[in-house]
Amino acid sequence: MADTVQYIFDRKNLNQSEPQKYREEDLRREEMIINIGPQHPSTHGVLRLEVVASGEEVVDVIPHLGYLHRCFEKHAESLPFNQSLPFVDRMDYLAAMNSEHAFAMGVERMLGIEDKIPKRVEYIRVLVAELNRLASHFVALGSYGMDIGAVTSFFWMVRDREHILRLLEWVSGARMLYNYIWVGGLFYDLPVGFEGRCKEFVDYLKPKLSEFEKVVIENKIFVDRTANVGVLPLDLAINYGITGPMLRGSGLKYDIRRADGYSVYPELDFEVPVGKGEMGTTGDCWDRTWVRVRECYESIRIIEQALVQLTGDHKRTRDFDPRAMVPKKIRPKAQDLYVRAENPKGETGFFFRADGRSDIPFRCKARGASFTNLSIISEIARGGLIADLIAIFGSIDIVLGEVDR
Amino acid sequence: MTFEELTTHIENLLGAEAILRIDEQCTPGAIELAPTDLLKHMEVLHADEQLYFDQLSCITGLDNGPEANSMEIIYQLYSIPFNHHLTIKVKLDREAPVVSSLSSVWKTADWHEREAYDLLGIHFEGHPDLRRILLPADWEGHPLRKDYKHQEYYRGVKVAY
Repeated sequence: MADTVQYIFDRKNLNQSEPQKYREEDLRREEMIINIGPQHPSTHGVLRLEVVASGEEVVDVIPHLGYLHRCFEKHAESLPFNQSLPFVDRMDYLAAMNSEHAFAMGVERMLGIEDKIPKRVEYIRVLVAELNRLASHFVALGSYGMDIGAVTSFFWMVRDREHILRLLEWVSGARMLYNYIWVGGLFYDLPVGFEGRCKEFVDYLKPKLSEFEKVVIENKIFVDRTANVGVLPLDLAINYGITGPMLRGSGLKYDIRRADGYSVYPELDFEVPVGKGEMGTTGDCWDRTWVRVRECYESIRIIEQALVQLTGDHKRTRDFDPRAMVPKKIRPKAQDLYVRAENPKGETGFFFRADGRSDIPFRCKARGASFTNLSIISEIARGGLIADLIAIFGSIDIVLGEVDR
Repeated sequence: MTFEELTTHIENLLGAEAILRIDEQCTPGAIELAPTDLLKHMEVLHADEQLYFDQLSCITGLDNGPEANSMEIIYQLYSIPFNHHLTIKVKLDREAPVVSSLSSVWKTADWHEREAYDLLGIHFEGHPDLRRILLPADWEGHPLRKDYKHQEYYRGVKVAY
């Protein structure tokens, strides 16, 4: 095919592949359709928002997804469990460790080796997952500030995120897509000296975070821009399956790390922050952002405790092998399993069906937190202003890799 | 509630004939319901005081392949206040996979059902807006079916690479 022209002119190719839901003739006279995206900084990736606007007012928002669709689920049906892990990284690419953790946990649960994983491995998993949660929240907070006009927040957050990415690069060899948490163990033990440097970073980060909180989150312009905007009532949030900081922003103390108590989270001491409507109404954009900032502090606490464990009771020994429990052949018994974990964005779940005959899943379904969280957008943006639509969209904090999978 | 308590309670609510099969191999434990009256049964599970499944976490569509000639749709239910899980399985006819939409009970179902429709071709009766969600509107076939063959050309561009 190399010497022939691939593309032939055809009039029907001029039709839109993803047609608008609203047609021009259905609109009232003062209404118009505005497309935001797919290439627009405020859509945080390739997403198109079809906005029906009446002047400045948003009448309806229809998100059009799929620009980043790679069909992870089809890939997973042709690869052994352990080889799907790199694809899991690419779903929520801002928090790859957390998704890996969920996936590995699910497969371990199917194999029945979940309780046999060494404590040190579990603490390292929690440590890197919480570091990654910080990194993910930093992108959320930084880019959210940028969405509504505060450039400083982005620079500050990306500066601090860089430290985390370098730490994780030291651990795994990659900056964003790690393939570090394996089914049954880890790729490698922590590098020598990591714990000390990580502690240094955490001590550096705490004052920076409170500085950020003072300058951006409690800033009057920021509060004016986000308080009482995009209020998400709790019952609606639950009905839409919203999870993560969005649900907690609406005032529900619900965290899967606490509700399910997976990994070593029951042994760790941390709070679950909830939105209280301090600046406006409970469940507004400010609450959601504030919950993310508080979660950063909680993640720091978890990291500190994990570091104490990793240098104390479960410290590095010469004969410790993080791959000791990694199965040679992953062949679970025939069963179905749904596993879920708390990602920075919310509940990430995997549904597996193992047929018991091969090491390839018969079906692997990924439930993306961002996918479900995004479905609320038209509900809470309706009736607001277009400028508020951007503020609301940013506060949902989606990553398109997970929306489209 | 444990899974046994859940199943006995649901049996009392829906009647024993509504539950086709109890699957303990599934984590969380699963019960199989018939596609008829699914919406009515799910409304009961959602509204019952002791069950109160207020969150629908995930909907998985599943194709068992042409030999088995069946499709399944699997609902993950969770109750936040009571902290109990339940899996609901529904077996569908592969030739005409139709099931009633649950988007009137849980709004989560809206997009998850659109995804199942898009990737597996399962139709949801009563869905307010059943369009493809991930693939282009003029894409042919449903990729997660076991016998899926991708089209040769899409808008004049070769699909195989």
